[in-house]
Amino acid sequence: MSHSVLRLSGAALSYGARTVWSGLDLDIVAGEFVAVLGANGSGKTSLIRAVLGQQPLSAGRVEVAGTAARRGSSQIGYVPQQRRIDPLTPMRAKDVVGLGLDGHRWGIGRPDPHRRARIAEALDAVGAGHYADVPIGLLSGGEQQRVRIAQAIVAGPPLLLCDEPLLSLDLNSQRTVTTLVDRRRREHDTAVLFVTHEINPVLPYVDRVLYLANGTFRIGTVDEVLNTETLSALFGVPVDVVRTAGRIIVAGVPDAADCVHHETDVDSDDVVPVRA
Amino acid sequence: MTVLASGSDVSWSQIFNFTDYGSLLSLVQNSIIAGALLGVVGGLLSTFVMMRDLPFAVHGISELSFAGASGFLLAGWSVVAGSIVGSLVAALIIGALGVRARDRNSIIGVLMPFGLGLGVLFLSLYRGRAANKFGLLIGQIVAVDDSKLTTLASVSAVVVVGLALLWRPLTFASVDPELAAARGVPVRILSPVFMILLGLGVAMSVQIVGALLVLSIVCTPAAAAMRVTSSPALVPLLSVAFAVTSMVGGILLAVGASVPITPYVTTISFLIYLVCRGLGVLRARRATGAVAAA
Repeated sequence: MSHSVLRLSGAALSYGARTVWSGLDLDIVAGEFVAVLGANGSGKTSLIRAVLGQQPLSAGRVEVAGTAARRGSSQIGYVPQQRRIDPLTPMRAKDVVGLGLDGHRWGIGRPDPHRRARIAEALDAVGAGHYADVPIGLLSGGEQQRVRIAQAIVAGPPLLLCDEPLLSLDLNSQRTVTTLVDRRRREHDTAVLFVTHEINPVLPYVDRVLYLANGTFRIGTVDEVLNTETLSALFGVPVDVVRTAGRIIVAGVPDAADCVHHETDVDSDDVVPVRA
Repeated sequence: MTVLASGSDVSWSQIFNFTDYGSLLSLVQNSIIAGALLGVVGGLLSTFVMMRDLPFAVHGISELSFAGASGFLLAGWSVVAGSIVGSLVAALIIGALGVRARDRNSIIGVLMPFGLGLGVLFLSLYRGRAANKFGLLIGQIVAVDDSKLTTLASVSAVVVVGLALLWRPLTFASVDPELAAARGVPVRILSPVFMILLGLGVAMSVQIVGALLVLSIVCTPAAAAMRVTSSPALVPLLSVAFAVTSMVGGILLAVGASVPITPYVTTISFLIYLVCRGLGVLRARRATGAVAAA
């Protein structure tokens, strides 16, 4: 645990008169796993976009590996939520991983053994080496997510940004994804910012939690944030937090009525009935 | 001469006729070069047309290209220029208004009949040679003179160089726009730029295969290639090979015949697709087996 990989200082974001969050100070150091929780419209997606340099802040700063967040930063590996890929897409698993290395560069590129080796290494790291040559559209949702993780880590970024990567995956695949992300940060000291609706799949790995709600937030360890007292104060209504058999169940979280709708937030709403 | 059916005056020699083939070939030399160029451009473009799900857009652009060409023909200006103007207007409208697939399809559905109607109006008013008229709709091979060939070659060069420059980011943006944007690919700029290149390619195709059949060159080749391979390098190469085969093969067969070039090109293109589709079924079976075994 050492230097800061992602630093938000005095960060604020407003759309018109509505403040999504403000006064956000967060320092994620190398090897740290931080989960971001919050209801729809609490600004999880906006936070991701700010870190990616796609959303300017209203106030404060975002720094990734010491420099201000900007579009296309090579310091970030981005794992999005699972989406269906057309079966006829002319890409094999290894080609998709290759996009993470040089998909943003102009021109057509040329054959490069060093490039091939890095791609193979990334695929092996996520246990997807044996389907390197299989068309991406023929892989299952869970297999595709492995490939996306390989794509995110192939350039060796110090920060992994995971934006609801577990959505629409079965439990087994969810476990695979979380294990892989955790293993990467342990073996390569990668910092992880993991946006999720559901804390339980990442519970064994999380160092700290950032809970966004009502234009404000709480940061701390799971025990510090996910308890009846803190969440009731955060939401301004009584919220029950129950721990049972290694799981956390949060009941009574009000739906954000005046939320800013983000596409990812809206369709994720139907998937997970109990929010943590 | 064999008569196809009794009571009909259609004969095979109208469809396949190789008398004086050598001397005819020298007459259509420019057309063959133009056809080959178009094959290269169409084959490359069709790769992205398939990946970006744009076949309907291609059809819409070609109808407006037809309107532009016939308008310019009526005015006595360059048909190629008119075709390019029509294409670019359509490509920019579709690119600007139709970001989401559903919007895009409805805009194309609205534009297409309007373009076709305009074109028909211009052609009805035109008093020149009838071959000029229908060539724009259903294709022609005799009409490629040196200056037209130069124009077609320049347009091809622009499209090919443009695509080569954009290749990797455009591929990324076509496969997964959101991820590409996160990696800093200017997704929103790439889309209209590609539409412009597509418009140029479609305008070229209208000159040779005609507005109604552009898809046989700017969609079918990659659709066929994607059935037999998933290699992002092999798909465009095969696609170009298929498109060039269809174009040049079509011209060579059509030279002596008295019907337009179009049925030859579209039939070759379609047969290639059928064969690839058949091979694709076998390949999918193998690949699924490989995944299951993995």
